[in-house]
Amino acid sequence: MEQKENVLEIRGLRSCFFTEKGVVPAVDGIDLDILEGKIIGLVGESGCGKSMTAKSIMGLLKYPGRIADGHIWFDGQDLAHLSEKELRKVCGKDISMIFQEPMTSLNPVLKVGRQVRETLLVHDRGMDKNEARRQVIGMFARVGIPEPEKRYDSYPHQLSGGLRQRVMIAMAMVCRPRLLIADEPTTALDVTIEAQILRLIRQLRDETGMSVLIITHNMGVVAEICDYVYVMYAGKIMEQAETYELFDHKTHPYTKGLLDSIPRIGKNPDRLYTIPGVVPNLLHLSEGCAFSNRCPNASERCRRVKPELCEIGEGHLARCLSCAPESMEPRPEKQSESYENTPAAAELPDAKNAVSAPGMSGKLRIENTVKGGGTL
Amino acid sequence: MAKRVFFRKQNESDAPQNIEQNTASSEEDLLGQIGEKDGITDKLRRMCRQNKLAAFSAVVILIILLMAVFAPVIAPYGEAEQDLLNRLQAPSAAHWLGTDELGRDVFSRLLYGARVSLSIGIIPSIISLLIGIFLGLTAGYFGGWYDYVIMRLADVMLSVPSLLMAMVVMYTLGSSITSLFIALIIVDWASVARVVRSQTLSLKESEYVEAARSIGVGHFTIMIRHILPNCIPSLIVLFTLNVPSAILSESSLSFLGIGVQPPAASWGLIVNQAKQFLFTQPWLCLAPCIAIMIVVLAFNFLGDGLRDVLDPYMKDQ
Amino acid sequence: MKSFLKRLLGTIPVLFGVVLLIFIMLRIIPGDPVTMLLGEHVNQDTIDRLTEVMGLNDPLPTQFFNYIVNALHGDLGVSYKYNREVTDMILEALPYTIKLAVLAALFAWVIGLVTGIISAVRQNHLADRLFMGFSLAGVSIPIFMTSLFLQYFLAFKVKLFPLTENGSLYSMILPAIALGWNSAGRIARMTRSNLLEELQADYIDTARAKGLRQNAVIVSHALKNSMLPIVTMMALQLSSMLSGAVITESVFAIPGIGRLATTAISNRDMPVLQGTVLFTTVIVIAGNLLADLLYSVLDPRIRKEA
Repeated sequence: MEQKENVLEIRGLRSCFFTEKGVVPAVDGIDLDILEGKIIGLVGESGCGKSMTAKSIMGLLKYPGRIADGHIWFDGQDLAHLSEKELRKVCGKDISMIFQEPMTSLNPVLKVGRQVRETLLVHDRGMDKNEARRQVIGMFARVGIPEPEKRYDSYPHQLSGGLRQRVMIAMAMVCRPRLLIADEPTTALDVTIEAQILRLIRQLRDETGMSVLIITHNMGVVAEICDYVYVMYAGKIMEQAETYELFDHKTHPYTKGLLDSIPRIGKNPDRLYTIPGVVPNLLHLSEGCAFSNRCPNASERCRRVKPELCEIGEGHLARCLSCAPESMEPRPEKQSESYENTPAAAELPDAKNAVSAPGMSGKLRIENTVKGGGTL
Repeated sequence: MAKRVFFRKQNESDAPQNIEQNTASSEEDLLGQIGEKDGITDKLRRMCRQNKLAAFSAVVILIILLMAVFAPVIAPYGEAEQDLLNRLQAPSAAHWLGTDELGRDVFSRLLYGARVSLSIGIIPSIISLLIGIFLGLTAGYFGGWYDYVIMRLADVMLSVPSLLMAMVVMYTLGSSITSLFIALIIVDWASVARVVRSQTLSLKESEYVEAARSIGVGHFTIMIRHILPNCIPSLIVLFTLNVPSAILSESSLSFLGIGVQPPAASWGLIVNQAKQFLFTQPWLCLAPCIAIMIVVLAFNFLGDGLRDVLDPYMKDQ
Repeated sequence: MKSFLKRLLGTIPVLFGVVLLIFIMLRIIPGDPVTMLLGEHVNQDTIDRLTEVMGLNDPLPTQFFNYIVNALHGDLGVSYKYNREVTDMILEALPYTIKLAVLAALFAWVIGLVTGIISAVRQNHLADRLFMGFSLAGVSIPIFMTSLFLQYFLAFKVKLFPLTENGSLYSMILPAIALGWNSAGRIARMTRSNLLEELQADYIDTARAKGLRQNAVIVSHALKNSMLPIVTMMALQLSSMLSGAVITESVFAIPGIGRLATTAISNRDMPVLQGTVLFTTVIVIAGNLLADLLYSVLDPRIRKEA
């Protein structure tokens, strides 16, 4: 019953760059659920793999990057293993995406109206061009583009950044998708425009009941719009919770660092907190927690042992040794290959698919860990 | 006197070096993240490792250069040594590539012709490179009417089809190797000057050049020590691509009979003399054509390989 | 339109420079054109009269000024060798060169674009390597070699084509291929690299996210953007094509402009050489202007400013 509520389920997704110097796991085994009608945030610093996750869903990874393992369940189809032809039928129609840079994301030599209309025509070849034009202009009006008739024949360079992003949104919404992926939709925009665009996205969600996956590095955006948040670091989910829960009971030191680096009036007026250090090189990850080199509370154990995601509250999971049950002796995380070699492997994928609620997957993970630990 | 020496020291050695180090280190930080902080020699080494074709081409060019230099030693016959009893022979053990209408050994003539063809390919390219660097640097750096005149002059040179321009020079100066040199220099310098000028224009505005200027470094020091080194990667590429085009121009002119004059041999001239026997002794044409093709291909492969590692943003011209 | 006019005016100093340069280069040579024109054994009186008529007694600047004024009226002087109007000779030769150049350009653009696009789409596949090999050969093999070998194999051995030009368009095909191959190679290489670069652009992601498949993305999005620089490239090819025409016309005995220039050199016929060089240069400059105009028509970002 609950499974129906998930529009998209990502299970154990690993997307890697296969470079000459080695395999870079930019997305390293993440599980992610997108509930129907909810706005989900995926937060992290640049280079943590959040855009890579979005591109994996849309099949936009470029050589040398590709999906190495895992499943992306949408509408009973596994997008990770769909043929290019089948995937393109889904993209733009049921799942659509808007990008960070509205300047370069629109084709500079084509009129914007034509670019939006193209989405309609690709997915409904029989559609009359005038009818498509009418729908595009209607969509332009809905996303708040003034003088939509006139703007239909504009070129991208004739529009402001905010208008261009509205065109992108119109392009994404014109086929009434069930899921909208927004990759840093407001990063390139002014703060005032940012608020307008976020309001527009929420308003469109309210009207159509679609789900939204917002990818951002900005906790302010999360606070403004998201219902549920995933915090990502070095290719892994570090913490996930409902937005209020996360802001009230932030658990993972990385989440704390992210939240503390938001400037706030009346708080820490002198100095803004920054997380020390930089994102680690994914080629040479330490054997322990990926955040251990920057974590203020890191212990010797953190550098040795990879933590697992575990539930610490209702629908609230964190990947940190400090909140793992004391009795548990975590061990280095299994590689995907080793899954197949363990006796537990056979039942694992099924067990995973059965899980849907975010809360449950955490419990299962603990079970798995314990079970796996026993067999090894 | 002492003060002047002190000044110069500070200007020319200390301060600019510091600036160089500063920019270098910050650039290294940036580039280090995408794994590209090696210098030209490292890049060349990388090219040899990754682009076997380019490395092989470099070896081929070297071998042909050596063959040209040691032509008198290698060649089995003299350059103009005639054997009228054995005219228009097919390739054989005695004459590897046959003989021409005067019984001269084609292989030997090719070796001697390599000296002419290669020197005409390389020497004018070097000279036009130097002229182009000087004019491009000064034009880009000083700007103004000087820049305007130089660039219009370059436009003039680039507007006239290169072969016709060379023909006019040959008409004026008469057919000789020296006039060929001059013709090719006149044709080639403009493209070099354009490349150098455009790079100078962008570098002129860069922070480290402004910093050097602000502490009183002289114009020519800035040009030579700060701007020119940045042009070198593109210039290496441009040079490797100019040499084959000069070789092609020379052979075209000689083919038309207005380049190198007999009895000297150049590859184009050998084709010119052999073309009347195309239908009866086609191998006479084939051998020099293939020699030209190999050298030009080798330079093009090398140029492509160099461009990939040194100057990936330079476009095909 | 305004920027185009500006560009048009900008060509005037260049054109002037070309005329001046060619004029100077051809006048500094030793040798008296009048004796060359009349041959030996002519009495001094005739020589003096002709020198006066040809304006050779005037100072060089006056001669230059007269030449420019005459050239603007379409008068490029009289051939020393044939005693004919240079303009007439050029107009007579022009149709041959135009036929040759148009056929060669068609060959170069069609073959170059198609193979370039296929190579980019099938990057590193067999077709890509094959086409890029051919285009590199086209760039590296001298035109006289292509001409000679096409002539030897397709005209002499297989007898598919006539050996030399015989007035029919069909006999132009072989010279056109020989001439166009070089340009085809350059265009193919540039098309490939531009298209590959364009396929990395952000808007390609957008197009794919819309649901367009690879081929549709290339046809309706990447191609138009990558074509812009190639248009300029094609115009620049005109210059090297006219250079190459000198050679193909020589090999296939086509009485075109290039042939006119070659024979002018062996006849030491200065006015003819001067006229042909000027004429081809004007064509090249006009071609570049046309490319600029085309570029601004195709690129909406420039069109707006223009």
